[in-house]
Order: sequence, then C-alpha cells, then structure tokens
Amino acid sequence: MSDPSTRGGSAARLVLVAAAVLAALVLQTTVFPHLAWGGVVPDVVLLVVVAAGLARGSQHAMVLGFFAGALLDLAPPADHVAGRWALALMLVGYVAGQVRREATPSVGVCLATVAACSFLGSSVFALSGMILQDSAASIPDQLGVVLVAVVWDVLLAALLAALVLGPARRVRPRTRTDGLARR
Amino acid sequence: MRLSRSRRPLGAVRRHDHEGAGDGHPPRALVLALVLACVSLMLLDRGEESAIDPARRAVGEVVGPAQSGVSAAIRPVVELPDFFRSREEMRAELASLEAENAGLRTEVRTSDYRRNKLAELEGLTSAAEDLGYALLPARVVGLGSSQTFTNTVTIDAGSASGLAPDMTVVNNDGLVGRILRVTRTSATVLLLVDADSTVGGRIGESMELGFLQGRGVIGGTARLDLELLDQRLVPSKGDTVVTWGSLGGEGEPSGPYVAGVPIGEVVSVYSSLRESSQRAVIDPFVDFSELDLVGVVVPSGTRSDRAVVEADGSLR
Repeated sequence: MSDPSTRGGSAARLVLVAAAVLAALVLQTTVFPHLAWGGVVPDVVLLVVVAAGLARGSQHAMVLGFFAGALLDLAPPADHVAGRWALALMLVGYVAGQVRREATPSVGVCLATVAACSFLGSSVFALSGMILQDSAASIPDQLGVVLVAVVWDVLLAALLAALVLGPARRVRPRTRTDGLARR
Repeated sequence: MRLSRSRRPLGAVRRHDHEGAGDGHPPRALVLALVLACVSLMLLDRGEESAIDPARRAVGEVVGPAQSGVSAAIRPVVELPDFFRSREEMRAELASLEAENAGLRTEVRTSDYRRNKLAELEGLTSAAEDLGYALLPARVVGLGSSQTFTNTVTIDAGSASGLAPDMTVVNNDGLVGRILRVTRTSATVLLLVDADSTVGGRIGESMELGFLQGRGVIGGTARLDLELLDQRLVPSKGDTVVTWGSLGGEGEPSGPYVAGVPIGEVVSVYSSLRESSQRAVIDPFVDFSELDLVGVVVPSGTRSDRAVVEADGSLR
C-alpha cells in the first residue's frame, strides 16, 4: 500500500487497478480454463474486488466491483444479460469492505472473506439469472458450480497469500511494528 | 497473525484511510447510483437487438486481442502434456493406418489414397473435404466459465477474416456450435452443449428429423437430448446424428447450421409414457473441454486475412 496523499499517486493507482482487473479477466477466460474442473475456474476478477475491499474499504470496492463486473459482462465470450456480474461484484465489494471495518484483515479473516464473497457473488449472479430468466441451468447444478467455485477461489487466494506473505514475513518478521511506526 | 489481531489497537487497522470515507458505510447516493446503473444495464440488454451490443463489440475489440496474445504465449506450456499423449496416439493411429493401407493396397494403388489418409492427421483439411464446405481455421482463445451458466468460447478470428454471426463452427470431430457475434478480430461462439442451444438434427440411419437440446454441461459427461418430430420412430443405440441444416446449395452455407455435420451418437433411449414421446440421449463427438483448433464454415471464395481450407482440402 503506497501513500495515497498525492494526486499522481492516486492516478497511478487507478491505472494499476484497471490493469489488474484486465489481467484478472484474461487469466480467468484464457489461462485458467486449461486447469478448470468441470468448467469451473477461479473467479480471479472477484478476488481483485475482494482484495480492494479488504485494503481500501466498501466505497472503493463497490465502485471497482461495478466496473469490473460490467467488464466481465461485456467481454467475450460472455453471453448473459449485462449488469448481472456488475451487481454481484458490487455487493461483493461492499461486503469485503465491511469486513475490514469489523476485523483486522489477517490471513484467516481474508480467506473467510474470500469464501463468503465467492459464495455471495456466484449466488447473486445465479439468482439474477433466475429472476431475468436468462439461465436454463437447474438449481442443484448451479449450487454445485457455486460450491466448486468457492473451493477454487479459496485455494487461489491461499496460494496468493502464501506467495505474497511468505517471503515478506521471512524478510521482515516484525511487519506489525513497521506498520505502527509508519503511522 | 491471530495474536496480532487481538493486540493491535483498532485504530491501527485504519492507518491507510486518509479520506475517512474509505471505511465505514459508503454514501447512500453512491449505492443507489450503482444499483440503478446495474438495473439499467439489465433493462437495456433485453431482447434480441440490445442497446448494449456496441459496448460489447468495443470491449471485445480490446479484450479479444489480449486473449489471443496470452493464449499464444501459454500455448507451448499448455500443449506440453498433449505433445506426449498425441505422439502416442499418432503412433497408434499410424500403425492402424499402415495396417489398413496394406490391406487396401491390393484394391487401391493410387498415391492419392495414402496422401488423403495422411491428411487426416492434419485435422481440418480432411474435415473440410468430408463436409464439402470451405473452412476458416481459428483457435479457441477464451472460455466462459461454468459460473456464468452459459457455454461460450472466444475464437481468434473475426469480421476481418470474413466471419459473421450464425456461421457454423466445427472441428475435425464434428459440430462445435455457431457464432453469436463478431468483433473485428474475435468472435463469440455458442457451444452445442449450452442449455440455450437448439440444433436441428437428423438420424443418419433413418433420416428422421429431431431437435437437439444442450444440457449446459461440458467435459466427459456432456450430453445432448434429442426429441424426434415423429414419435413413432425409435432411434437405436449407436445411431449417428448429423445436422439437419438449413436450405442452401451445395457448398453454399446459409442459416445457422449447415447440413450434414456429424454431431454425436445415440447412447440411450428412454420413453416417457405420460408424454408418449421418445427421447434419445446423444454423446457429442467433440470434446468441449479441450477445444483448440476449430474451423468456421464460410462461403467458398470468402475474402479473408488468413488462409482458408477449401472444400477440396487445398489451402488458399
């Protein structure tokens, strides 16, 4: 997390976030299908929104969730009513941001948030499909897919946490005091 | 981590918030605006000709090339296990072909035969010859996840290559699906197994007509349901189903699906006494979880930015 006090910093961050969302989208549609289990891939874009919520709070994450979801709705090969992922990821951003307000985002809390948000996001998407009569899949099928997606998302989040936090902890074992000192 | 959570003063959590609004509840106006934006997106996107289509095309123009690029970059890694497997398969196939060749040599002494047989290994060339249509080769670069409950893929050819909506997509195993929409450099394909996909099919043995409906499942358990128009006829196990196809002259595709493309074979038949109808379950020939090289049926002589496999197997 960089210091957001300067204008240039926030513009650079906007570009960074946009690049992260686009990269997540390409990962989700092009790279992960090769590892898919029954066609279910990790929701990488959803993970980016959850990360934004945990790092910066509800307001930022909701806006990011809306735009990331809209991108997911419009980018090929999507073929569902636009706005469904936008709504789902917006809610995900809100919930992830609220978690940050309630508790310190430790690794455990982060993974639990990812699980809850993955379930919420996929379910909202599935429900909106039912309401709009956009999806012909049956409810048991959809529930199965949602649960597999939760497992995928938590696995990927855990892997990312291990990759990011593992080396960081080895180099700087006292991150906590660092954080306090910076304040 | 758990220890630090209990010891850390609450204020430490919020050390990144200089704006104050970043935490806490977002303003009600923002929530309302975003929800309304979602709802209006959904409302705009109803119906066949939606107002969102230009936006879809614009996003596709950016994301399509990105998908093509990444797909090309990871291809060597993805094909690594395939390389070993297909070498073994090819060896087995070659052995059987050689045996077949030896057996047929007494009958067919032309070099054409062997050349044609070898062309099978090259995939699409033979598919184009068998079907009698010109095929535009393309690669699958993006797959819709199961979480979206639709089965669609992106291919790396678009209107610049001469593609248009409703064109038929095949690979060397059989029917893959049809094109939904195109951008300049990419196209979205609705797979045969999508729950929204309906294809007119014809049982090869009896020439009986029916409709095939996808189930929305890909992978090894992908199945299609066939309902026959004539309820008295019972398809038998192992019958091959090909596309019924829309009107159009020989070699001139028109309408969503061209005629005579193999779809799959009947694996089971069950009758519903209540509806007094016969339903057959079809196992598609194409493995939808491992799509890579596909061919789009294009009119012969299509102007394209890439080589087209003509119906006689030649590349143009």
